[in-house]
Amino acid sequence: MQASLANVIKGQGDNEDVHFEDTVRGSDWGADQEVVRMFVDTAPKAARELAAWGVPWSRVTRGDRDVIINGQKVTITERDEAHGLIAQRAFGGTNKWRTCYVSDGTGHAMLNTMSDQAIAHQIPVHERSEAIALIHDGSRCYGAVVRNLVTGELAAYVSKATAITGGGAGRIYRVTTNAVICEGIPTAIALETGVATLGNMEAVQFHPTPAFPAGILLTEGARGDGGLLKDVDGHRFMPDYEPEKKELASRDVVSRRMEEHIAKGKGVKTRFGDHLWLDITLLGEHHIKHNLREVYEICHYFLGIDPVKDWVPVRPAQHYTMGGVRTNHTGESPTLKGLFSAGEAACWDMHGFNRLGGNSVAETVVAGMIVGEFIADFCERPENAGNIPMGVIQEALRREQARMDFLIEGRGTENAAALMAAMQNIMTEKVAIFRTGRVLEEAVHELQQLLLRSRNIGLRYMARGANPELVTAYRVQKMLKLALCVAYGALQRTESRGAHFREDFPRRNDAEWLNRTLATWKSENDTLPSLTYEQLDIMKMELPPGWRGYGAKDHIDHPDSAKRLAEIEAFKQQRNGADRFELQRKLMPYEDLLPKRFRGRNERIDERL
Amino acid sequence: MPTEPVKRRLKISILRFNPQEPGSVPRIQTYEIEEAEAMTLFIALNEIREKQDPSLQFDFVCRAGICGSCGMMINGRPTLACRTLTKDLGEEISLAPLPVFELIADLSVDTGKWMRGMSERVEAWVHMNGKEGDLGRFEETMEPALAEKIYELDRCIECGCCVAGCGTARMREDFVGAVGLNKIARFRVDPRDQRSDEDFYELIGDDNGVFGCMSLLACHDVCPKNLPLATQIAFLRRKMVSVGWK
Repeated sequence: MQASLANVIKGQGDNEDVHFEDTVRGSDWGADQEVVRMFVDTAPKAARELAAWGVPWSRVTRGDRDVIINGQKVTITERDEAHGLIAQRAFGGTNKWRTCYVSDGTGHAMLNTMSDQAIAHQIPVHERSEAIALIHDGSRCYGAVVRNLVTGELAAYVSKATAITGGGAGRIYRVTTNAVICEGIPTAIALETGVATLGNMEAVQFHPTPAFPAGILLTEGARGDGGLLKDVDGHRFMPDYEPEKKELASRDVVSRRMEEHIAKGKGVKTRFGDHLWLDITLLGEHHIKHNLREVYEICHYFLGIDPVKDWVPVRPAQHYTMGGVRTNHTGESPTLKGLFSAGEAACWDMHGFNRLGGNSVAETVVAGMIVGEFIADFCERPENAGNIPMGVIQEALRREQARMDFLIEGRGTENAAALMAAMQNIMTEKVAIFRTGRVLEEAVHELQQLLLRSRNIGLRYMARGANPELVTAYRVQKMLKLALCVAYGALQRTESRGAHFREDFPRRNDAEWLNRTLATWKSENDTLPSLTYEQLDIMKMELPPGWRGYGAKDHIDHPDSAKRLAEIEAFKQQRNGADRFELQRKLMPYEDLLPKRFRGRNERIDERL
Repeated sequence: MPTEPVKRRLKISILRFNPQEPGSVPRIQTYEIEEAEAMTLFIALNEIREKQDPSLQFDFVCRAGICGSCGMMINGRPTLACRTLTKDLGEEISLAPLPVFELIADLSVDTGKWMRGMSERVEAWVHMNGKEGDLGRFEETMEPALAEKIYELDRCIECGCCVAGCGTARMREDFVGAVGLNKIARFRVDPRDQRSDEDFYELIGDDNGVFGCMSLLACHDVCPKNLPLATQIAFLRRKMVSVGWK
């Protein structure tokens, strides 16, 4: 989890400003900079709150220790005053060691603590229940129709505020690191309202180092701690492409370079396809079995190899959905009142077209804090109490029940699992790391055909209760709409930005494409989303577009970039000597956007309060 | 060119029963599939469901051995199906749902409900002393070795294998199991938790807690995360005995 605590010596000098710049550069300027500011400001508070609640963060040990940097053993010395504070490691696309971690299981430990706290606060969790539709009247959301996955019963959950926090949609791809439940259904039901918008669905991240061919994720910590990427000849190739950041450029860049290198014939050939090597042997047995034990276990159980001695086969695979339910800074949909979203499911939008490693769990907890606070405020406001429109609720229930009945009894002829597999193949083959207009057109056309066919699914197993085939059937109908948002958005975006790379339009084009794609699904009978674009205003940016510090150096400038940059420079000269907080406030005030209890500075060893 | 090894035909026998379905009775059903390279039970079961039997129920989530959703009895032993490679098993494989937990259908059981109940009974959360501090200020320091010790016990994925392998859990419905006792051990070493051994005694100082354990230690043998369950339970029992004697 990224948080600019600056506890470790290689994090010295880190602060909100550095984290902000890393995140915006990582996003290839697609992010909402105000939201990034809210995020980087709250991330240290979130890490500290989790520390108080029980997360066993790995801690700093004072004195000398050996680390591997750029393939070399280096001795660094941690400060006395840092002893026992939260430790941090390097991740890609960051200028400081900023990623707080819990040995080899950061997400797991954070999840445990959050779950413990939910139980402590007696918060009910309805397991094995799935929202299959939102209840709304075209302008206000009133809750969701929820299906019990064991009994098959539908129920209306009626609410003042409804939050979509269901994670990403990686399973629209065949090869993905995502869990099998990451099918994007919560995002899809927002799309199906026809009112809520999805932002930047074409922005899909491919992680550089999933284990090959299973696609099981090996943490970025493997490279952060000094692991190297090697090709069929055992050659470390990343410095050839990315002399500045090498293996630790942002994920979109590293993944692209890996695929580029494989395309040159430098991959290792196997019957499952080509792969490259991740070499962590130089980190030593103790480090691998303690700090990277999960990597060790995955290699042991799934690949039957020992990463202490052996190189690990890796190849990029789908990993993260930057796009999602478009919200404003409070997490609320700008078009459907009472609908909120947070985390990977949302397009808040702090990741733009590429997310940095360690910024995802960080967003999850930070957005949970911030958006949670705004939801509580929303529920408390008397004007949001209102009447419960029973007719709208009953109609939603009736419609969803009818859909289920039609799937079960409609005697359609299409096989749901086959449609799912076809969609996943199209996405992995045609809407992946390298994209071109011609292939994307094919993909869109084929997905449209699948969508039409999905309206004629028939079941072999007709049980109304627990029925995996029925679940696949209604989910694939929704997932195809998301897949079309990704493929069609990618086809329309004739530039390359972050993880969205068009071989036929290889340059980032700020003059025409410094915007956010917004997709809506207007009518049930449509086979394409309707796309509009939300312009990003450079004149309001704290960090106007430029070179990211890694990756391609040529992009097409927007005329405002130079103008804004000059404005900022002039201002900095004029305020020579002002502290960083004052400068920042002048360039892009954001503090009043944060809930009151999260405002205020973060203490650091070199920045005492 | 090396010749391809002859592919095995696997016979996978599954204990099937869907209590939701009228007329369903427990039975063993056997499926045959051709083994593939690097095949896990995750891959095998999905292939059976897609190609042979869409009604077959099982649970997988992460399919990477870190979420604990796919615990099941494999040849009579509770373990994680996702990271079980078929090449490590014979041609005939038997699968059954984890015992103790409420059966949903076939290989799918409700561990979530059991775990929540257990967590509530042992109050499995850090009991903080009063209010949180100022979030803008330094976190409380902790010795690095202690943080690692807590994490060692925090690695539990609540898969339920220890409970399924436990003799006491079969006899005592409210036994908290090795998973519950491990949680107590985890919070006991955590200085952020203000509870004393007397407080813990109130939670686990009986036959549904640490004194229910018969030291059969299957929990320790089957834990997919290799948690030091035997040591933790023995240690806790000693501590709880000394509180009980007072």
